[in-house]
Amino acid sequence: MTSKRTPLDLVRAEPGPAHTATFDGAQIAVLPGQTVAAALWSAGVTAWRTTRGTGEPRGVFCGIGVCFDCLVTVNGRPNQRACLVRAEPGDDIRTQHGTGHDDAAEGEGP
Amino acid sequence: MKRGAHEGSARTLAVIGAGPAGLAAALAAAVRGSRVTLIDAGAQAGGQFYRQPAEELGARRPQALHHQWRTWERLRDGLAAQIATGRITHLTDHHVWCVERLDETSGFLVHTLHGPAQEEPSVVRADAVILATGAYEKVLPFPGWTLPGVITAGGAQAMLKGGLVLQGRTAVVAGTGPLLLPVAAGLAAAGAEVAALVESAGAKSVARHARTLSAHPDKLVEGAGYVAELMRRRVRLKARHTVVEAHGDGTLEAVTIAALDREGRVAPGSEQVVRCDTLAVGHGLLPHTDLAETLGCRLEGPAVAVDDEQRTDIHAVWAAGEATGVGGAALSLAEGHIAGCSAAARLAGRPRAWEAAAKSRARSREFIASLDAVFAPRAHWAEQVTDDTVVCRCEEVPASAIREAVGELGATDARTVKLLTRAGMGWCQGRVCGPAVAGLAGCELQPTKRPFARPVPLGVLARAGEDLPDE
Repeated sequence: MTSKRTPLDLVRAEPGPAHTATFDGAQIAVLPGQTVAAALWSAGVTAWRTTRGTGEPRGVFCGIGVCFDCLVTVNGRPNQRACLVRAEPGDDIRTQHGTGHDDAAEGEGP
Repeated sequence: MKRGAHEGSARTLAVIGAGPAGLAAALAAAVRGSRVTLIDAGAQAGGQFYRQPAEELGARRPQALHHQWRTWERLRDGLAAQIATGRITHLTDHHVWCVERLDETSGFLVHTLHGPAQEEPSVVRADAVILATGAYEKVLPFPGWTLPGVITAGGAQAMLKGGLVLQGRTAVVAGTGPLLLPVAAGLAAAGAEVAALVESAGAKSVARHARTLSAHPDKLVEGAGYVAELMRRRVRLKARHTVVEAHGDGTLEAVTIAALDREGRVAPGSEQVVRCDTLAVGHGLLPHTDLAETLGCRLEGPAVAVDDEQRTDIHAVWAAGEATGVGGAALSLAEGHIAGCSAAARLAGRPRAWEAAAKSRARSREFIASLDAVFAPRAHWAEQVTDDTVVCRCEEVPASAIREAVGELGATDARTVKLLTRAGMGWCQGRVCGPAVAGLAGCELQPTKRPFARPVPLGVLARAGEDLPDE
């Protein structure tokens, strides 16, 4: 009953060395194999999108790719489902505002 | 290890989905000599029930997050053996967006997207198809349910099993249904403080079905095991209670729970606030039927209709597992096995026999019918949905708009509500808000016919049909 127990302890995980990605410019440590959503949760981030209408924050809801609430911009590509996409070393993960296309103007076509 | 007489031109079976039903189906068909392409969106087989941590996470004891691990080992090892013989080809990370039926004799084209962004198309040709597409979670809305920190119960479990992560430190698990117990137990075992398990069903409703339930001691033992585990961890079990509101400024900070009276209404004065940073909530599951609907398969209620052999009414299309009605892993395994045997028999002309699976299926269905009666979402849930509660999360449609569409504009079905309010028109295409819209509008949840099971890039659509698979 220790409160310090973690899921990694529970399954006696021995993950490979963590790599680094960034979230809104800040470095976060990512365990290999984790999705963007899992990496963000590990970094204590639970919201990474604002809605198009009222600008409300959103994060993971269904966790299995059905609801599209966890949309995020990864390496300039908006509308990636964070619960499905793996976080790769060096990924530039950014909060997606609205449709994400305003943010992605540089480098990406319409 | 007999092989078909015409190995090169053997008729092939596509099994879509590698959860319990799809795995059982693929193995049954492969063992009986069929060539099987098992197509799955996951990086590893297992589906949601046997979702595995990413291999790179090096879990040495993944079974700590699972039940019926031996069954999984049998399926996993069976799959590896059949892949080694070449009878099963396992396509991972392949998201099927459409199954196209060519004509009576030419079979099917299974259109998939893969690659890191799921935008690279490929096509699998098959003579027969088994749909084992599973289910997703139903959540009915309440004020605050869009706050980050509120997640579906299955979603919390998927993130835990697959990514080995917890969202916060203190969780409340709420809603109704047998899934809540393993979710709460899993979160607690993984280090979350589970402040309460809030189940809207009550003991009386269990008692009403005691006879059927007690005929399934194995399931009761499983349930009792979870309860004992939760009590050992001092999780408060609040039966006949519900979450009426989630609170927080930008992120979840607390929930208000309340007792329910006999009719399923909130008992005035019973509200209490429970502090938490995670609310895992679910009100049951809904079958994934998009692919079946595109093929024209008949549905019964929200599920794909099948006969005793798990055949749909479309020639050479079978369906198994949650897609044919939500019933848990044991039922999925039995249905998958029957579908695989039946498909193999029809493809290769082998004798059919699946009596044991048919018995298991019948027993499971009987049990599930009782569970459904016990864990029906509570009556009067809509009374707690305030006018400003967002119902359609994608299009940000509030309950007031739906009530107006029904009360003032005369909408009598979900489709009209959608046209008037945009509820169900967004990214998820009504998968999440469908039950809520139907409930608020006072109509039945009707299957929504969607042309594609997931978003498809226009370029892929434009080229579809040009790049037929080489055979």
